Amino acid sequence: MNFTLTEEQELLRQTVRDFAENEVAPKAAEMDEKEEYDWTLWDKMAEMGLTGIPFPEEYGGAGMDNLSYAIAVEELSRVCASTGVLISAHTSLCSWPIYAFGTEEQKRKYLVPLAEGKKIGALGLTEPSAGSDAGAVKLSAVRDGDEYVLNGTKIFITNGGRADVYVVVARTDPDMSKKHRGTTAFIVEKGTPGFTFGKKEHKMGIRASYTYELVFDNCRIPKENMLGKEGEGFKIAMATLDGGRIGIAAQALGIAQGAFEQALAYSKVREQFGRPICANQGIAWMLADMATRIEAARLLVYQAAFLKDNKLPYGKESAMAKLYASEVAMWVTTKAVQIHGGYGYTREYPVERMMRDAKITEIYEGTSEVQRIVIANYLLK
Amino acid sequence: MKVVVLTKQTFDTEAKITLDAQGKINPEGVSLIMNPYDEFAVEEALRIKEKTKGEVTVVSMGGPKAQDVLRQALAMGADRAVLITPELEEMDEYTTATILAKAVSRMEYDLILGGWRAIDDGSAQVAGRVAEILGLPVVNMVIKLEIAGGKVLATREIEGGSEVVEVPLPVVITAQKGLNEPRYPTMKGIMQAKKKPMEKLALSDLGLTAEEVAPKVRALKYFLPSPRAQGKIVPGEPAEAAAALVRLLREEAKVI
Repeated sequence: MNFTLTEEQELLRQTVRDFAENEVAPKAAEMDEKEEYDWTLWDKMAEMGLTGIPFPEEYGGAGMDNLSYAIAVEELSRVCASTGVLISAHTSLCSWPIYAFGTEEQKRKYLVPLAEGKKIGALGLTEPSAGSDAGAVKLSAVRDGDEYVLNGTKIFITNGGRADVYVVVARTDPDMSKKHRGTTAFIVEKGTPGFTFGKKEHKMGIRASYTYELVFDNCRIPKENMLGKEGEGFKIAMATLDGGRIGIAAQALGIAQGAFEQALAYSKVREQFGRPICANQGIAWMLADMATRIEAARLLVYQAAFLKDNKLPYGKESAMAKLYASEVAMWVTTKAVQIHGGYGYTREYPVERMMRDAKITEIYEGTSEVQRIVIANYLLK
Repeated sequence: MKVVVLTKQTFDTEAKITLDAQGKINPEGVSLIMNPYDEFAVEEALRIKEKTKGEVTVVSMGGPKAQDVLRQALAMGADRAVLITPELEEMDEYTTATILAKAVSRMEYDLILGGWRAIDDGSAQVAGRVAEILGLPVVNMVIKLEIAGGKVLATREIEGGSEVVEVPLPVVITAQKGLNEPRYPTMKGIMQAKKKPMEKLALSDLGLTAEEVAPKVRALKYFLPSPRAQGKIVPGEPAEAAAALVRLLREEAKVI
């Protein structure tokens, strides 16, 4: 076994950390407060090649591995979870299914500008009555000549409104009893007539990440925009989420790491009863537990990425990584606020934002309960 | 144009300095970075390269860890790197400059760039000494650089203002903050860095012996600054407190 990162991975971590600390961190609190993202950051990330890390150079990517991608999401999330999920949803949920299931033509047309950061991507899967039960999507796609006509809505769509390209899972077989087998994935461009944005969600955390309702009203898309085959929608969505979980696990890991570092630094300077609070065993042990759980989460996340890079099965491990890292993020950020005491509850310090941001990692791209179902299914099959 | 950049790996600016049992600076657990002034030099070299279709060689002296700095420069866009690992116990600026000058003398160059000082020992000597050994002019603390017709127009910081000097190539120029804003390496740049040549040299490869580069200056002792004393709050009504403060500044602190 080898636990050391390659020179490239180390340099990538240092580079993304420098960028995150110098460019992203100073804006994180304000972007959260205003629920607005500063898109000049996207342009800078595109220039650096952070918008297409795990894709081959011929498709506009950086030609790096999934572990590098996980490290980048971790480092961005360490200072700003909204930036972490922006890159994660763009890369894992939109660019990746096009890379994995798209035709050569679709890859040229969509993956290249996505990887180059000229376009932003999103995935449209969740519906009001199809959350964890993703096979129950109702949004209909009816074939009409060389086109499909989409009708229905998607909700809670990360990067919604701002993204240019959407992978949308729709029902092509109106027979609901066919469940997930009646679903098909499509690529839909922003601006297509009949495709509009509904309500913007106002969220507890990752407030600088845009979450929108997608509305399809007789939206006609060419049949060339079907991703994979008819009836493969659910399969594509599940494969996409397997990889997406590595991204969210990395995001959770980054949030936990960031909160831990804040708490560690604060515990050394905050004095009570004439000495720094870290001199109290109660605080010191909390820090020890935080660091240990983070390290365990990191190993799970990196292992899942390693398995994917080595073309080994990673579905179970990515679910474990996502489950564990998100629960560690919630636990660590709660302790980080605790260590900060009353100050931690105010917006003067970043830990309250990190605690709010952490919660979503236990919910989106499969709740912790769904992760346990996924893991159990692997164990019991 | 062929540009050579001298770079040094230093402690991170936020590193906490401690001394080991022998009273030397303890490098354990300290994160290392490219000397920030050298980063300006690398960036300037890359800009010159992009304008003149030139070539950039980065040179550093140090142990295997120093490769990180060179890789960073290669990832930013430098073309090749040279690492010299002299494996000497004691070194001073004479040692470093003699070795670097010897290494650079084997290369083709029109311009040599470096940071005006390293943020660790801050001696600000090495680039100047290299220039002296190579018989080149040197312009220090440059904040703007223009090159045309075999000449360099350099704007440098002087006390209370700036000075513009003209100097013929080849020349040694040292970078000051303000010269430029260094770029971040791109992901593609990071991937390409590994494929770029990195030459590793020992002292003997340069035809030098330990005696020839033996230091002229020896550090006798390192000590940390005494911890800052606690501040004092002067209590009382504003007018009285101000009077008390003035008295304390005059009589106790003796600063006014």
